[in-house]
Amino acid sequence: MSRSVALFIPCYVDQLAPNVGMASVQVLERAGCTVSYDPEQTCCGQPFLTMGEASAATTLAEKHLHHFAEHETIVCPSGSCVATVRNRYPELGVGKAEPECTQRQNTFELGEFLVRELGVTSLGARFEHRVAVLQSCHGLRDLGLGSPSELPAAAEPAPIDALLDGVAGLIRVPSERDECCGFGGMFTVGFPEVSARMGRARLREWADAGAEYVTGTDASCLLHLDGLRRREDYGPQPIHIAELLASEGEA
Amino acid sequence: MTNPIELGARSGLGDLHRVERHDAAVFDLRMRRDAAAREVPDWEALREHAAAVKAHTLDHLDTYLEEFEARASQAGAVVHWASDAAALQRIVGDLMEERGVHRVVKSKSMLTEECELNTALEARNIQVVDTDLGERIVQLRHESPSHIIVPAIHCSREEIGELFHRHMGTPRGETDPERLTRAARRNLRSHFLAAQAAITGVNLAVAESGSIVVVTNEGNADLGMSLPRLHVACVGIEKLIPRMEDLPVFLRLLARSATGQPISAYTSVVTGPRPGAELHIVLVDNGRAALLGQERHRSALACIRCGACLNTCPVYRRAGGHAYPGPIPGPIGAVLAPAMRPDGASLPHASSLCGSCTAVCPIRIDLHDQLLAWRHDTNRPRSAASLAARMAAWLMARPRWFRFAGRLARGFWPLASRRFPGNPAGGWLRTRELPPHPGPSFSARWHRERGAD
Repeated sequence: MSRSVALFIPCYVDQLAPNVGMASVQVLERAGCTVSYDPEQTCCGQPFLTMGEASAATTLAEKHLHHFAEHETIVCPSGSCVATVRNRYPELGVGKAEPECTQRQNTFELGEFLVRELGVTSLGARFEHRVAVLQSCHGLRDLGLGSPSELPAAAEPAPIDALLDGVAGLIRVPSERDECCGFGGMFTVGFPEVSARMGRARLREWADAGAEYVTGTDASCLLHLDGLRRREDYGPQPIHIAELLASEGEA
Repeated sequence: MTNPIELGARSGLGDLHRVERHDAAVFDLRMRRDAAAREVPDWEALREHAAAVKAHTLDHLDTYLEEFEARASQAGAVVHWASDAAALQRIVGDLMEERGVHRVVKSKSMLTEECELNTALEARNIQVVDTDLGERIVQLRHESPSHIIVPAIHCSREEIGELFHRHMGTPRGETDPERLTRAARRNLRSHFLAAQAAITGVNLAVAESGSIVVVTNEGNADLGMSLPRLHVACVGIEKLIPRMEDLPVFLRLLARSATGQPISAYTSVVTGPRPGAELHIVLVDNGRAALLGQERHRSALACIRCGACLNTCPVYRRAGGHAYPGPIPGPIGAVLAPAMRPDGASLPHASSLCGSCTAVCPIRIDLHDQLLAWRHDTNRPRSAASLAARMAAWLMARPRWFRFAGRLARGFWPLASRRFPGNPAGGWLRTRELPPHPGPSFSARWHRERGAD
């Protein structure tokens, strides 16, 4: 059941969270995939798109689609980048026609791909800790990778829940809320205080519930939370779902 | 340049304790809304239906406005048209002056806040007393509402106790909500009895019957409409719905979305004046027609002002309503601002685009998509920020340059993690630590471990 997968490594993962990229390779290979990576890729354009910089975003979006044009399955360890490619490109007038449209639909978030495409939930990981989940907003509300509290319960379970159920020794810590952690891309740069208040509230929520770790699909949200955690000296340690799935007991 | 909402948040709610209290009080409304929505089995269908009615109404607004005017006039009301805030101020001021009115009771209306009606009337020696409890609190504090449904949600009980002690003679240190409310009620009763006119807002206006619908929990609007001889109702032109048959759809959604109540305590449908009294209805444009003309953004006019998007918004809850310039805070305020206010272009940036607002909106307004669309439509391509963005994109579109910049940043990492004037990460580092040095990039490690394929 070897499936060829082209890795879509977001620019910030490449530069700021390379371990998440390496863990993604490991996890996909463990799931039986043949992984390829082309270092010519850079950024999908999301930060520029959310800033309202259409021409800058379009440059990068076109480059991104062109770059992955030869690939049938594209997998990315970041929900918000996938949401950008899959849902937001048409707003820029990019990727509306075939075959780009299919290409956009064949771009998957890592956990989504493992659970919903491959039907894999257990990868033999062991992680003996109390773990909370951050449902990153774009995955939760734009990609349907969970059941947002505002809406009637979704029929399909969240991929990340299925994956964590398959991790030996892991104890789930429930979240009180499923609200934004305050990252929001350029939002955290433009609104550092509001963003920090949002993030600290999530950290407190999980710390109070006794979580040692918080995991999620987006390293960007986790980096923001980690920056707050290390300044405040409280809250669970962020760990990306790929790193958690790649772990074999020693953390 | 720091966004006004970030600055307002820093100076607004105050210390952590106050931010937490505000967050908890507002999120409580959101949770009540969730519970109420779950009790309606066809909630999503109801939202869909309301959205369709509103979209249809906005498509034919001219027809429905004319129908409303004709029917309301037939029922004996006098209908006025105000193109902007100044026109509303003039029309209402003249009505009062012609009848020698100096004392007015007003029930809550975001439209009159938007048009600064109180200030204009006071300048003409007409005293306006806000009669909604929360509105009265902010009026006595010389503030504006910080929320469109619960205007004094930013105040603590202690502050309200102190305020009432000074203005209503309640015992010092009284913080019991029930006793404070009773004191306010006694105090307001005398204003109601002395009032010569009432001003109300309008929640919905029914075109086929020329009726206005006023929804409150305190009955203050009803008392105002029933006591003095003159009732002036101020209606934004977007408040129309075609038929009486549509009304229950919106009533079912409105109170549940706002506070989780199945229905508000008082819902009054007013068709024409009561015998011997006068009813004047002022239809106010103030930028709405222009927004209606913007196909891409007109969906915001479907808003029924339930406040659900404020209650769910993590930015609003942590920043407080006073952080937002303009009368309406939160997602809907930020979506309306670029169209309605000269200083409104920066507001749509105050969002992480989490999308929770869109998910709770009873009329399914595409709020977070609108926030994004406005960022694009107010972009100034000649600004320094935009030029810098295009340069960054140019760089990022070139893998060699991108990775070179990455290597450069790695070299400067120890420096970047320190706070000094001009550090690009400076604002962020006020509240956070920079991540530890990440080591070689993914592409470098892939190259090293997997070779050049």
